[in-house]
Amino acid sequence: MAIIFIDNKAYEVPPGRNMLETCLTLGFDLPYFCWHPALGSVGACRQCAVKVYKDADDKKGRLIMSCMEPVTDKQRISIVDPEAKEFREHVIEWLMTNHPHDCAVCDEGGSCHLQDMTVMTGHNYRRFQYKKRTHQNQYLGPFVNHEMNRCIQCYRCVRFYKDTAGGKDLDVFASRGNVYFGRSEEGVLENEFSGNLTEVCPTGVFTDKTLKEHYTRKWDLTMAPSVCHHCSLGCNTIAGERYGELRVIMNRYHGEVNGYFICDRGRYGYQHVTAPDRIRKAQVGDKETDRHHALNEIARVYGPGNKVIGIGSPRASLQSNFALKTLVGKDNFYHGVSDEEHRLTEFAIRILKDGSVEAATIKDVEHADAVLVLGEDLTNTAPRMALAVRQAGKQSFLPSINKIGVPSWNDAAVREVIQDKTGAIFIATLEPTKLDDAASDVYRGAPDDLGRFGQAIAHLMEEAIPEVSGLTAETRDIVERIAVALLRADRPVIISGTSLANQSVMKAAANIAWALHKKNSHARLAFTFSECNSMGLALMGGRRLDAAFDAVRNGHADTVIIMENDLYRHSRKELADKILSQCKNVIVFDCLPNGTTQKASIVVPAGTFAESDGTMVNNEGRAQRFFQVFEPANDIQESWRSILNIGDLVSHPRLMKWKNFEELTKALAEEEPLLSGVDKVSPPADFRVAGQRIPREPHRYSGRTAMQANINVSEPKPPEDNDSGMSYTMEGYRGIPPSSMIPFFWSPGWNSVQSVNKYQQEVGGPLSGGDPGLRLIHCTNDSPKFFTDIPEQFKPMDGRLWLLPSHHIFGSDELSARSAVLQERIPKAYLIISEASRVEMGIHEGEELSFEVAGRTYSLPLKFSATLPKGVAVMPMGIDGIPYVDLPSWALVKEHHMAEVVTVDVNAKKNQ
Amino acid sequence: MDTVMEKPLTEHIRPDGKPLSLKEYEAVGGYSALRKVLGGMAPKDVQLVVKDSNLRGRGGAGFLTALKWSFVPLDAPKPKYLIANADEMEPGTFKDRILLESTPHQLIEGMILAAFAIQASESFVFLRWAYKVAAHAIEKAIHEAYDAGYLGNNILKSGFDLDMHLHTGVGRYMCGEETALLNSLEGKRATPRAKPPFPQISGLFGRPTIVNNVETLCNIPHIVNKGSDWFKRLSRTEDSGTKIYGVSGKVKRPGAWELPMGVTMRELIEEYAGGMQDGLRFRGALPGGASTDFLVEEHLDVRMDYAGVAAAGSRLGTGTLVVLDDHTCPVGFVKNLEHFFAQESCGFCTPCREGLPWVEKTLQSIEDGKGREKDIDLLHMHTRYLGPGNTFCALAPGAMEPLQSALKYFKSDFDQHIHDHRCPYHAIPATLEHA
Amino acid sequence: MLTADEITEIDKAISLVPVRKAAGIEALKIVQQRRRWISDETLRDVASHMQMSAEELDSVATFYNLLFRRPVGRHVILVCDSISCWVMGYENLVNALQERLNIKFGETTRDSRFTLLPNCCLGCCDGAPALMIDNDLYKNVTADQLGEILGIYE
Ligand SMILES: Cc1cc2nc3c(=O)[nH]c(=O)nc-3n(C[C@H](O)[C@H](O)[C@H](O)COP(=O)(O)O)c2cc1C
Ligand code: SF4
Ligand code: FES
Repeated sequence: MAIIFIDNKAYEVPPGRNMLETCLTLGFDLPYFCWHPALGSVGACRQCAVKVYKDADDKKGRLIMSCMEPVTDKQRISIVDPEAKEFREHVIEWLMTNHPHDCAVCDEGGSCHLQDMTVMTGHNYRRFQYKKRTHQNQYLGPFVNHEMNRCIQCYRCVRFYKDTAGGKDLDVFASRGNVYFGRSEEGVLENEFSGNLTEVCPTGVFTDKTLKEHYTRKWDLTMAPSVCHHCSLGCNTIAGERYGELRVIMNRYHGEVNGYFICDRGRYGYQHVTAPDRIRKAQVGDKETDRHHALNEIARVYGPGNKVIGIGSPRASLQSNFALKTLVGKDNFYHGVSDEEHRLTEFAIRILKDGSVEAATIKDVEHADAVLVLGEDLTNTAPRMALAVRQAGKQSFLPSINKIGVPSWNDAAVREVIQDKTGAIFIATLEPTKLDDAASDVYRGAPDDLGRFGQAIAHLMEEAIPEVSGLTAETRDIVERIAVALLRADRPVIISGTSLANQSVMKAAANIAWALHKKNSHARLAFTFSECNSMGLALMGGRRLDAAFDAVRNGHADTVIIMENDLYRHSRKELADKILSQCKNVIVFDCLPNGTTQKASIVVPAGTFAESDGTMVNNEGRAQRFFQVFEPANDIQESWRSILNIGDLVSHPRLMKWKNFEELTKALAEEEPLLSGVDKVSPPADFRVAGQRIPREPHRYSGRTAMQANINVSEPKPPEDNDSGMSYTMEGYRGIPPSSMIPFFWSPGWNSVQSVNKYQQEVGGPLSGGDPGLRLIHCTNDSPKFFTDIPEQFKPMDGRLWLLPSHHIFGSDELSARSAVLQERIPKAYLIISEASRVEMGIHEGEELSFEVAGRTYSLPLKFSATLPKGVAVMPMGIDGIPYVDLPSWALVKEHHMAEVVTVDVNAKKNQ
Repeated sequence: MDTVMEKPLTEHIRPDGKPLSLKEYEAVGGYSALRKVLGGMAPKDVQLVVKDSNLRGRGGAGFLTALKWSFVPLDAPKPKYLIANADEMEPGTFKDRILLESTPHQLIEGMILAAFAIQASESFVFLRWAYKVAAHAIEKAIHEAYDAGYLGNNILKSGFDLDMHLHTGVGRYMCGEETALLNSLEGKRATPRAKPPFPQISGLFGRPTIVNNVETLCNIPHIVNKGSDWFKRLSRTEDSGTKIYGVSGKVKRPGAWELPMGVTMRELIEEYAGGMQDGLRFRGALPGGASTDFLVEEHLDVRMDYAGVAAAGSRLGTGTLVVLDDHTCPVGFVKNLEHFFAQESCGFCTPCREGLPWVEKTLQSIEDGKGREKDIDLLHMHTRYLGPGNTFCALAPGAMEPLQSALKYFKSDFDQHIHDHRCPYHAIPATLEHA
Repeated sequence: MLTADEITEIDKAISLVPVRKAAGIEALKIVQQRRRWISDETLRDVASHMQMSAEELDSVATFYNLLFRRPVGRHVILVCDSISCWVMGYENLVNALQERLNIKFGETTRDSRFTLLPNCCLGCCDGAPALMIDNDLYKNVTADQLGEILGIYE
């Protein structure tokens, strides 16, 4: 530790950090713009100036930029020095010479870092009396709005979009007082993380276009801590509502998971909540009715004479799944996922529990000095992790860079030293991925060959693993390079997942991680899954979907309760049709119409994440709580709540006992051994600070008495929240809440999201009180048995194609695919075959191919790939109406013909 | 004043100014220093003579050349880079041009020696676009040097390899700033880099790199040949060597001359430049290009070396004077300078990007007779806060030097503009719209 | 579309640098030499040959004042507007020029014969006022010489 003196007061701080971070961590208000905790320092804006003194006798001192100054022992600085203060004030004055001062009509107004810093420095009187320069704005696509005149040239946008997220289509143009940030021509920002520009930009240049459409000041939103439901990573989010309508998703800092950034699927996928076809009323038979009636109907059906089973869902909360499981009894509770997925998820859990390495958090990945991605197209299956892998790229260079006196946070200098070199990142996938440009080696192969590739790497580290024969010399070289790099690394991370539906890949990943562990205890392993709660569901006992179908087939069941699950996404249409039509009663809880709700005899509207309290388990096995943002109108409510209601109606011995979320969750934690502790991931419902709840509304919330006046002049009583220690009002505890209960970031003088500094133990570190969530899975076996089976090399088959699923950040996830704003980003149906197969089959550009798989004929427009192995084909299942089929499977090639309209199964289209 | 005056850098320049061919250069002892060095001197030996010679950089900053070299790790693996900074764009400066156009081989030999001293394997001449004649001369000279075996692999069978390329810029004064120059050579925007890391450790393409001014490099062969004591004796003061001084403005004979370091401003103006044009009085001068503080009459006998000019409150800079006469408006003069700096700001850091245009606009309105008392405070504020360390690089601080000294020495002129609401000098046409 | 010889020249420039992108400015110079200016389309073509995005290359192109992203005439006149030339009568010279050509700075004559641009110090302050037309430098230029000088350029 170092002792530094700030305005003659001594502080003990870690050396080597920069002075700005250090001051902010110590709680000082020091203004800044170009520095960003995740982007580092470049010293462009000159806003963070302080005085530094040679020694105690030096009274004059000199101005330095605190963000560029490493902390050293016995250093003396002053923040309040008049010259320093005056300089900081002038920096704002300079920035303001061209700023339009249009706060009143600016979306950033009231949550604007520029406003906050202006007030902080005390600049208020305008002396610049000449013409302002102006710029033209650009259309940047459906997500981000552009208002260039507000720009203060902090360079954060390019540094995030280009340097951090690997985007190519945003940059800085011109020079001097004219610098311009945008695209070279108008057009959609292509990068999957573009939405973060709205939070990275310290003023109103880049703002959320979807919020703009029904704009609400941030302080007029009712907000709650939520968890993204659109992939298995469980990024923490803040969801904001006004007038009963969900209006915006923002990042909620989590030190271990998403840090400062989320992906565009997470930020813009929310509009399924506000979708026009949202199920808002209950339905019995083909009649709309109210929930009460529907639940009574269910109670009646539930009665004797009916054999009831329940099918849960990987996108429903633990509470909802557990409630259903309790209602139907554990022997009648089935996981609503395909057998293959069920098997793979359980397999991953076994590897993580019975293995020797812990699951990697996203932060682990970001700080890894070597990363191997085995089989996952991360940008499309687990986007936020792809962003983390990119950051890992520089880790392997940092030690040598630090040696020449350049601290890791000195961003520009670090990049200049690294130049265009790629770090120890290795990607082995079926097809090229967007992350490849960050990798120093990539490998392409069919799933089993990726497994072989991985095993070959593992073999070089661990003799217990047999050698893989028949690799080309070139492949052996890559294998060796990767093995060497991983072994040399100090914090290696291996990433794999279930998206290829291939166990050999996961085994190889486990082997490598375990082998590394024997030599180095810091190795980590990450698996990604298909849904937000895949892991949670798998941890909860339950039987397979096929078993459920058997039960119906052979008459053990005639009534099925399906909860937040479209069976048509997890099983073949023919099968699902058959089973559902065999049932006497098909009871469905869901939020949006789909193939399953169409077949339902009773439909109960289910709450989405925004209307629900619940807990989910992310890919690392972290249980995370999400809170209801607003009380839904109509008949919408959480599935678990509806089931508790049914429990009362049928006097269910156990369900009856549980009156609220709290009691339900306690029971869940007691009864599910693998989920014990989930009741502790956030404070109990009776949690209060000095008798006060945590308000979901900022104290500046306005219009409360007026907003309903057209309906009723007397202000309605705000809803009670019996499920958590939060309130639906602006009254309550103003201090910093427990880390799992942060509805929004705000601190006196810090109205923008930058106030997150005040919520952290140290800048960029864990939230005060520790990052939220509870790790349910820990490795327990220090010397696990390696997997020694090596898959066969993939062999093409004449007249057939080995059909595999491809994934898309926009489109592959069921709920976000229903978000209006994403529609234009969702690809059309296609089939990719290898160039080699094309030639062999004599197919021409623009043709489409019909093929038969599992008894159904598909006909899809073709794309050709130079890298895809011969005999393999890829299609984006679930997208654009491509109906479900168990993949991988062999497809029988029928014929190819010039493309007309894409012909996919009509019902399947409706199912979408 | 010295009787015999040596002019090592310029004595062999042909009367017609045409470039010395390889033959001509060799005929007057060219490349003998290189032979001497490759004939058995160690890199350290070369660094040593240059160190003893006390040679200071002629690019403006006046940094000790050998000291800069000494930061380069000699054992670092290839490649290492040596770059001749021939971007000469400092207004009022035209000294490097003479050397580039007329004695290209002198520069090339100096570069080879410098490269050897730091064991660089690649070298560049970063030449500004406008120097077309120089470009041809250097291009041709580099070819001749390759053909003669002074460049390429195993130079003069010594085992030392060096490649040399000519890079012509595409504008922007910033390219002369050594780290911005590196970015430009890497095909990037010419914005400066943070130090550390210093180019000597991590420069071009992340490799150890030395950037030296043309005039600095041209001195090396002579120092190696004739020794450090000779070099010291060339000057009249502590600061050793000769200097190419220049004078421009309303003097009788504007021009540039190689003279002993430490001649006085008076000698330069009165003897070499033939004095002021008839009917004009000397009011002041920028001693070393646009980014140096004014010196005025009281300084006429100041010795034009680093220490002397510094003592007088300015900088030797590039040693090329720009003279201000009593018929030229000091406000307009400074306005022109600040326009230049505002235009050439790279736009990276706030005070320079936003402050310089403000300064220019303020000076313009004073010049146009629209000035107010407050404007003077504004100008003072900028000279205070655009100082060294407050901005990212030295451009803006350089821009403030002539302004702050003008406010000091020509205050009455500023006041008169403001009080009379007009420029007391000849009516200057309204500002020209600049593209 | 880049021409064959543009591509050979550019590839030569690329071969001289350790990082492909480093030849970006060189590549732009090469095409500008042949096309006088760099249109959006040209920029895209060069970018794709450099394996850069249009943004990345344009970011560089728009930084430098002698890479022309707007059309210029057959001959580009650069008038030194820096201090020594200003002292020596730059303003009269420019006025004369602008009158004669009937264009302002940044403009091109209707017959697209001349484009007029200001330029910082041309490095011949002892020959002020100075201007450059294409590759030719003119020192101590007076208004009455303009006719003769301009006459040289068709
Ligand atoms: C804005 C700016 C422009 C500069 N332009 C030049 C230049 O044109 N030529 C030059 O030699 N040095 C120039 N310099 C100085 C260089 O940064 C560097 O100090 C010099 O080239 C080092 O060479 P020397 O040590 O031989 O003097 C400039 C500096 C700044 C801040
Ligand atoms: S002072 Fe700042 S803006 Fe000006 S040139 Fe240097 S870095 Fe660029
Ligand atoms: S925050 Fe330090 S210079 Fe911008």
